Amino acid sequence: MITANAVTKRYPEGHEALKNVSFEITAGEMVFLTGHSGAGKSTLFKLLAAIERPTSGSIVINGQNLAALRKSAIPYLRRKLGLIFQDQKLLFDRSVLDNVLLPLSIVGHPVKDAPRRAQAALAKVGLPNRAKAFPITLSGGEQQRLAIARAVVNRPAIILADEPTANLDAASAIEIIDIFRAFQQVGVTVVIATHDPLIMARVNPRILRLDQGQMSEPASTPSADGVAP
Amino acid sequence: MTTWLVQHLTALRDALRRLLGAPLNTLLSLLVIGVALTLPTAGWLAIENLRAVTGDTPGVQQISIFLALEAGPPEVARIESLLQQASPGSWHYVPRDQALKRLRESAGMAEIIGSLPKNPLPDAFVVTPADAQPESLELLAKTFASWPKVAHVQLDSAWVKRLDALLRLGKLIVVLLAVLFSGALVAITFNTIRLQILAQAAEIEVAKLIGATDSYIQRPLHYFGMLQGALGGLCAAALVSTGSHLLTPPVAELARLYGGSFTLQGLAGNDIVALTAIGGGLGWLGAKISALIHLRRIS
Repeated sequence: MITANAVTKRYPEGHEALKNVSFEITAGEMVFLTGHSGAGKSTLFKLLAAIERPTSGSIVINGQNLAALRKSAIPYLRRKLGLIFQDQKLLFDRSVLDNVLLPLSIVGHPVKDAPRRAQAALAKVGLPNRAKAFPITLSGGEQQRLAIARAVVNRPAIILADEPTANLDAASAIEIIDIFRAFQQVGVTVVIATHDPLIMARVNPRILRLDQGQMSEPASTPSADGVAP
Repeated sequence: MTTWLVQHLTALRDALRRLLGAPLNTLLSLLVIGVALTLPTAGWLAIENLRAVTGDTPGVQQISIFLALEAGPPEVARIESLLQQASPGSWHYVPRDQALKRLRESAGMAEIIGSLPKNPLPDAFVVTPADAQPESLELLAKTFASWPKVAHVQLDSAWVKRLDALLRLGKLIVVLLAVLFSGALVAITFNTIRLQILAQAAEIEVAKLIGATDSYIQRPLHYFGMLQGALGGLCAAALVSTGSHLLTPPVAELARLYGGSFTLQGLAGNDIVALTAIGGGLGWLGAKISALIHLRRIS
């Protein structure tokens, strides 16, 4: 489902963020992308989300080579991905419900059905009663749940999350990871960039470790259900 | 098709929400656009009214054919026949006795006319040509002058030429004003959209990250520009109509004092529709250019 082959990302000033990175993620897997700060996790996340393009090599998602993807086709690729950002990128002047309605509006989902769909997404992340609230009134964990609800409302086959538990306390972080596990258990591919040892200890995912832009040997292989025994 | 329609309706609703969300800003923008469109529209209306005035004024676009004093009924009939063949427009015959009668009725002329031993006026034809172009009028005058027993052909061509040149100059000024103020309208919309994009940069960035196409992001901005321009056009129509309404009585009074009758023509329904459409089109253009330039910076 996701294949990276000899991916290198070099920025114009000469900094090489990724060097010859290759990996493969199959459908329904839960994969943690880990490494120290500056290892290249966020760069790889941006490449997978087609926010940036690799300098060389190829990334293929569902048969589409992102390196060769036309600019006009990028929005349609992103609609099939559930993107969760470290800073959440919520719209603070809109209600919780309106934040979740935005992706539905973008894909032209029927207006009459959209609120029901958004409410269902909020229920999945445990925010069924906060629809009318504004994001500023939510706690850090709730804001991250809202970001997840917005990412999954269009039922993507792949969820990409960049440091989703950063700035969260341990309890909130575990709740967030449990939400991701629930999605993985129903067949969604989940790729999480993190360097949080707590959440890695809670689940037993496949780990792709980056070190100074290079992929080191996998620390673990996926178990049957991606969940720690 | 349904999705397309839903997205357009959503964009239109979003644009209306933005317009109504800042009523003072909207009002000021509409006023500026309205004034910008008012000047060329008022100029155009003035030219049209001037054209109507000159078109209706006797003598301005008429040619008088004066026959020789010795011309009798056969010569008059001959000229009538020639006029029928030439079909220059409409005409009427003014017999010398009728001309004298009119002159006598003029203030202070009765005594002078009474002192004359005989009628000094000739028979005449007054022609109102179908083609009022100065060149055509001159050609007609030359033709009439070549006919038998025609003593004099009177065409105030210099006056007609000056008036025509004045009208053409006026039209050119109106066109220049229209271009200038159209540019201003585009610039106003361009700047309004630029400010909107700056204010909504975060929202636009998020929308792009989660799969919004450029069309999805630009659509409400285009609608906003179009609505603002169209409402500005309506504002201009209201300003011009009000001005025209206020000027109608004094203009009618002035015309009456000059012995004529004239009603100032205001904007017709189709003129208002055209003005609204032009405003909408220019607003859309300004929004389109602004969105293309400024959205490129957000990616």
